[in-house]
Amino acid sequence: MSGFREAKGDLEIESVTKSFGDFNAVDDLTLVVPRGSFFALLGPSGCGKTTTLRMVAGLEQPTLGRILIGDTDLTGSRPYERPVNTVFQSYALFPHLTVRDNVAFGPKRRGAKNALQLADEALDLVQLPHLASRKPAQLSGGQQQRVAVARALVNRPEVLLLDEPLGALDLKLRRQMQVELKRIQTEVGLTFIHVTHDQEEAMTMADTVAVMNHGRIEQMGPPAAMYDLPVTAFVANFVGQSNLGRGRITDRDGDFLVVDVHGSTVKVPHRRSQVQSGDILFGVRPEKVRIHRDRPTGVGNDMAATVLDVSFTGVATQYLVTVDSGATWSVYEQNLDVEPIDLKPGDRVWMSWDPGHAFGVPAENAEVPEGPVLASEATSSDPSSGPALQDAQ
Amino acid sequence: MSALAHAGGGGGHPAATGPDQAKRGSWLPYLLLLPGLLWLAIFFVAPLVQLFTVSLQSKLKGYPGYYYRDLNFRNYWSALTEFAPHFGRSLLFAGLATFFAFCLAYPLAYAMAFKAGKWRGVMMICIIAPFFTSFMLRTIAWRQILADEGAVASTLNFLHVLPGGRITETWMAVVAGLTYNFLPFMVLPIYASLERADPRVIEAGGDLYANGFTTFRTVTLPMSMPGVIAGTLLTFIPAAGDYVNAELLGSDRSTKMVGNVIESQFFKVPGGFPIAAALSFTLMALILAMVFVYIRRFGTEELL
Repeated sequence: MSGFREAKGDLEIESVTKSFGDFNAVDDLTLVVPRGSFFALLGPSGCGKTTTLRMVAGLEQPTLGRILIGDTDLTGSRPYERPVNTVFQSYALFPHLTVRDNVAFGPKRRGAKNALQLADEALDLVQLPHLASRKPAQLSGGQQQRVAVARALVNRPEVLLLDEPLGALDLKLRRQMQVELKRIQTEVGLTFIHVTHDQEEAMTMADTVAVMNHGRIEQMGPPAAMYDLPVTAFVANFVGQSNLGRGRITDRDGDFLVVDVHGSTVKVPHRRSQVQSGDILFGVRPEKVRIHRDRPTGVGNDMAATVLDVSFTGVATQYLVTVDSGATWSVYEQNLDVEPIDLKPGDRVWMSWDPGHAFGVPAENAEVPEGPVLASEATSSDPSSGPALQDAQ
Repeated sequence: MSALAHAGGGGGHPAATGPDQAKRGSWLPYLLLLPGLLWLAIFFVAPLVQLFTVSLQSKLKGYPGYYYRDLNFRNYWSALTEFAPHFGRSLLFAGLATFFAFCLAYPLAYAMAFKAGKWRGVMMICIIAPFFTSFMLRTIAWRQILADEGAVASTLNFLHVLPGGRITETWMAVVAGLTYNFLPFMVLPIYASLERADPRVIEAGGDLYANGFTTFRTVTLPMSMPGVIAGTLLTFIPAAGDYVNAELLGSDRSTKMVGNVIESQFFKVPGGFPIAAALSFTLMALILAMVFVYIRRFGTEELL
């Protein structure tokens, strides 16, 4: 096909901006996705992740900046000229063609003599060879999704784009497809860019996760590292759930910063804090916090609180407590003890944690205000996040 | 029967499905169908049967304009042989009008569905608004547009591209009128099927290495085929039976269509009733057969 650009290598997005009128959907984005990696773009709706994907596909053109694969500049080229294929959110299968013809569409356009044979191989890969002669309307959502994956994969693109491909599936099928997609990616070794608003999906599947907000990348890295050490309040609440307290750095104690949070003194390792002086949002993950009737000794960090709600989920118990500043924190405690501590709403308790688990993020422009709305806001921002958040409702 | 009872009682309270309820449920659907069926029986089936008996009547010798009940199938034979050119013209003009209407309607519907943006509503009104004036008046207006001294005819004559020097009273005027009059019936179904198409599916064509033209040929056009089929049928069928355009825009001799013959046999030729009825039935059978072949060939049920 004339105009088609062969390109191999890493995908590079160089200071790309996409404006719609006055609104910058993507704002000076720079990103390198190494060849063969499984990369997730995670963010709430409207954060610019889908626009980024569409620019890589060529369905939108950047207002500023360049998009390259290896040394080949793809900026300005048409979608059909790029070695990139997309799995659309709505699957976008051709309704008038059979499954086999859908999958063979790409190879046929590129003049492959054995297009149908390639299609059958791709259908084997997604385990649907028996449905090759059906029409898309005769398939279930999960099957259509697999056909959409096969239709893109059969072209062996340099980069495969997945635009919330699992959004329309029910929870069980989604889990199954997550494993499936990961298996396929490992098998074919192509670069996958997966756009999703589901933090759990991003963390289970991707080697690298980039969290986007307002057209910018807030944080990027391996899922576990990002969960362990978020660098902004947005990431702290979008990737998992965090207890955050607005405070002020008062002192330094060896490797630790001493922070005053509404009268309680807590410590943060200075390497785990994004600010070294002044205002700070102190944070700790709910499952890192222990709950006690009496003030513990020799722990290092603690805070008094009043129990607001207790919900027992079997493997764990989730407590919602009000700390003395008025903020609501949550504590997620595994039911390890033979005799669990029997707490009721209204009880005075102490919370403690290992100071090594605490983190500090900048307090300016923090989107999540301190206060009782914290837990519910984190939940409503992402309806499909992990069990800890769902239990909070 | 039980399925019907279920369907009929489905709207009611689930607890109220005793034997009485089931019984009422079983005849309720038929009761609801009754007005429509009666309407069809009185205003469609009965006239059709009446027309069919008329088509087999014979003239009463010596009494012009009188007939007697008969099984005179020769009426059909003389209808076909005597008026074969008119049948041919009807099908040809209707076919041409359908073709031109398609050529005009598809780009229009495409622009409305994908390019019009905020102008979509205005375009829709422009297509529907002519229906607010009478079909006859609009066709008469076309006589002015195509008149010998009119802008269209004089321009074409100036360019020396008009054979015969005039448009009115030629087949061109009839086909133009038919095309104009049935254009909305072509535009609306095509627009509906294009508008319903997921734009992501068309984007997927580009994503899978098809350029703009190939995407149109392999994705957009096949996806809009249900609309194209509906549009061509809605244009061809009434155009084949039309007589107003040929009457008002055509000439007395060379552009008469079957509709005109039926009209004159019924109302102008003494003793023409059986022939007119036979012509009507023949036209109906011809169109039915063509539609049947067309749908079998381009079958709609497989699409979407």
